[in-house]
Amino acid sequence: MSAVLDVSDFSVEFRTRSGIVRALDRVAFTVRRGETMALVGESGSGKSVTAYALLGLLDAAGRITRGRAVLEGVDLTAASPSELARIRGKRAAMIFQNPRAALNPIRPIGQQIADVLRRHAGLSRRDAMAGAIDMLKQVGIPDPARRASAYPFELSGGMCQRVMIAIAVATRPALLIADEPTTGLDVTTQAVVMDIVAKLAAETGMATILITHDLALAAERSARIAVMHAGHIVEDAATKTLLANPRHPYTRRLLAATPTAAGSLAALRSIPGNLPDLRRDDLPPCRFAARCDRRLPGCDAKLVWRTIEPAHRIACWNPA
Amino acid sequence: MRGVLWRLAGSLPALVAVIVVTFVLTRVLPGDTATYFAGPTASAESIAQIRAALGLDRPLPEQFWSYVQALMRGDLGMSLTTGQPVLVDLVNRLPASAELTLVGLLIAMGIAIPLGVLAAVKQGSLADHLCRVIVTAGVSLPVFFTGLLLVYVFYYLLGWAPAPVGRLDAFATAPNFVTGFYLIDAAIARDWETWQSAAAQIILPACTLGLFALAPIARITRASMLAVLGAEFIRTARASGLSSRTIILTYALRNALLPVVTTLGMVFSFLLGANVLVEKVFAWPGIGSYAVEALIASDGAPVQGFVLTMAILYVVLNLTIDLVNRALDPRARHS
Repeated sequence: MSAVLDVSDFSVEFRTRSGIVRALDRVAFTVRRGETMALVGESGSGKSVTAYALLGLLDAAGRITRGRAVLEGVDLTAASPSELARIRGKRAAMIFQNPRAALNPIRPIGQQIADVLRRHAGLSRRDAMAGAIDMLKQVGIPDPARRASAYPFELSGGMCQRVMIAIAVATRPALLIADEPTTGLDVTTQAVVMDIVAKLAAETGMATILITHDLALAAERSARIAVMHAGHIVEDAATKTLLANPRHPYTRRLLAATPTAAGSLAALRSIPGNLPDLRRDDLPPCRFAARCDRRLPGCDAKLVWRTIEPAHRIACWNPA
Repeated sequence: MRGVLWRLAGSLPALVAVIVVTFVLTRVLPGDTATYFAGPTASAESIAQIRAALGLDRPLPEQFWSYVQALMRGDLGMSLTTGQPVLVDLVNRLPASAELTLVGLLIAMGIAIPLGVLAAVKQGSLADHLCRVIVTAGVSLPVFFTGLLLVYVFYYLLGWAPAPVGRLDAFATAPNFVTGFYLIDAAIARDWETWQSAAAQIILPACTLGLFALAPIARITRASMLAVLGAEFIRTARASGLSSRTIILTYALRNALLPVVTTLGMVFSFLLGANVLVEKVFAWPGIGSYAVEALIASDGAPVQGFVLTMAILYVVLNLTIDLVNRALDPRARHS
């Protein structure tokens, strides 16, 4: 299958008053047509920054310092702001956590979908509204023609997330980035929301990047998982492989810290230490080294990404 | 609609309080009305006569009762200075004040809202610094000072503005009464000469009021825009690739206007207060200068009428702000 998004050697820094934050370091991954890839890691590992940087949504302090991110043949890192604005929402869309706050509180939801259609599909006011109602129907909102004039505060969180999805996929993008899309929703609603995303992806061949800290969700919903730690992708493999045979020490730790239905809480193991301060000038090559129990002298010299099996990459000298 | 009626009913106690307080205030203020009107050469006998004629010799509760009874009939009493019923004076003069205040507010909004938006969108830019300078100047310059300064510069030094002699120059006649606003009435009558005269007269006092109102409007617009631009739904709009025009005007500004509208109500009521001084400076025949003249002459009825009019204006103003907010914010309509 062809790659929709090919990210390589992608680094992002933030200039802050207390120093330069090296938020992403040489991130590389590929997402193929129709594929769902999960980007997992703890808070602050750089998952959302990856998404924002790809779409040109970083705030003024952040900038891409190296690398390429090719979406359907266009290098996003070289695109001008206006080119990016045309790609955003049209070829690459994004949905967020806390859907109610992510929608304009004083604009009817149908209008918000229609705004995107008018902008990217060049539809007339009336056609855009018809398209918006059709999208509401596709994401399973009952009585869409009437609901189109509802405001976000009149809808439940789950309904708001459906509207978010409708806004994102209205233009049939090639790539959907879902940033913690189910956080804050109850469990049954989570499943429904993820089913809708999966259905739309299957229908249109849309690739999905699922950003989550929830390994169980990633395991259930993605074909591939990339594990992030402190701005590095430390392991990237097919979901089955990664769960059955994790090779990076951090991935193993992460799995041991994830509750399962079968296991007991007592068996859970927390990961010692914290994410390193990314503002340090003397950041070690391997940012997990300080927390790692398999550390070797070579770990302090250089970090390399190795393909240990087909489609299984890790950033470790001494894999388990 | 029921909510509106409830709000009106809720403001009744405030109006009653205003009636009582202004009555008491005009009675305890220094200065004796009867002495003032009898003139400096009057005998004690004629002063007593005038006092009896005005009913000022009766006990306070009795005076208050007859005042309230008259009020119920829509009688605000007579002005001793103008010799006219207070109600007639107020009705004649209110449009002058209202026109001045509204034009001032429009000038302020026309400058302050775009400036605040620009300052928020381009933080640290020239517009942002300009916004800061204007806000500081606006809060630190009293209106009578800016008024005199404008007259000095634009009338005395440059000669661009006409003399500050009221609503029209000496050669123009007032247009037929429709709204009482000369700019509107002259336009209805298609009398463009009068319109020009009225516009030339109103520009300086309106700018004086506008400068005073600029600061709070610009500041709240900037702060509110900044808050909204940082909101999650703006991030969604950007992630959807909407044009910056749509994002700033349709998504951000409409949300940012909600607190601005509330502030406008407050600013409008400040302006009604500031009017009193500006009308004095520009010889504007409004209710503010009317009240000041009456106060100096210890003429109680016009002062009471003025305060009551202001109180009613505040009530109407707050109601209007409420209705505008409901129109702008669907959440307010449902609560």
